[in-house]
Amino acid sequence: MPDPDARDLDTDLDTDLDVEPDDAPLDGNVAAGALAAALGADMTVVPARCAHCGTVTVMAELRAWVGGPGIVLRCPACWGVVVRVAETDRGTHLDVSGAAYLRLGDR
Amino acid sequence: MTSPIAWRLATIAGIRDETPSVKSFGLAIPDWPGHRPGQHVDLRLTAADGYSVERSYSIASEPERAGIVDLTVERIEDGEVSTFLHDVVEIGDRIELRGPIGGYFVWDAAASGPLYLVAGGSGIVPLMAMLRHRARAAVDGRARTGLLFSSRHAEEIIYRAELDGLATAGDGLTVWHTLTRLRPEGWAGYDRRIDERMLAETLEPVGIEARAFICGPTALVETAANALVRLGLPPDRVRTERFGPGGT
Repeated sequence: MPDPDARDLDTDLDTDLDVEPDDAPLDGNVAAGALAAALGADMTVVPARCAHCGTVTVMAELRAWVGGPGIVLRCPACWGVVVRVAETDRGTHLDVSGAAYLRLGDR
Repeated sequence: MTSPIAWRLATIAGIRDETPSVKSFGLAIPDWPGHRPGQHVDLRLTAADGYSVERSYSIASEPERAGIVDLTVERIEDGEVSTFLHDVVEIGDRIELRGPIGGYFVWDAAASGPLYLVAGGSGIVPLMAMLRHRARAAVDGRARTGLLFSSRHAEEIIYRAELDGLATAGDGLTVWHTLTRLRPEGWAGYDRRIDERMLAETLEPVGIEARAFICGPTALVETAANALVRLGLPPDRVRTERFGPGGT
């Protein structure tokens, strides 16, 4: 939640449990398994800087789309693609070209 | 070769009905390294032709329970994995999984301090692992904890009896329910979707020093997280996990 004030509570978002817009994103928690399997560490707590707008967001709070092959993680401020990860028979494809940096070992 | 997130075979050791559309599955997992409350596993089904599908499911059991890891799964009508678990799987069957996974949406009793939880539907599952852990971990009895839990109908309230028991244990836990569709006669809880006023009323006795964890459908999570920040919680103490058809 890099900019909580940017969103208004009185949006028309429907919070009923079985009425979801088709494109309601999940979040980076859903990519944790694929990333940990490929990289050997939990990545959900790692801050990532969006290469498009500069917002820094921990990877768990990136928004996730899981419909296609692999998972697309987008910046919650500008919706730019930050990370793409796809597990295939030949290994895990990891595209971090949308991240200006990942801050590992954050404390 | 025993990386904690390598795929491994678990055996179904128990199946329990929680609600008409929700079941818990007890898994015996060889060499399970132990987990933290809030973590999940990835589950993989592979067909004879090689087609495979994966879904993430939160762990419902507390780390203190030895030998068995519980997953609680809602049956999604057109879900590829949840329908298999509900309709096909029997005790003794083996399924492929990896885990434990995740280091963000986790809470350990060692964190101490007040705890404020918000759940929608099966979003209760990782929060239940936290509450079960809290009950077993001899937390300072004065650590205030609140759970605000949104369900559609009374019969869909997951873990209802167990939550009632935890809330009457006298160790500082308060549980608030809201029912968004139908209320039984004499219902004393909330009767609408989670909104800022409901969050303010239930957060108040817990306090804004609380760590907050929100899990549920995306829209509910967005509403609750934005409102809690407006109510004064620092954004880095509001942790969220979203689920939906794509992830269940």
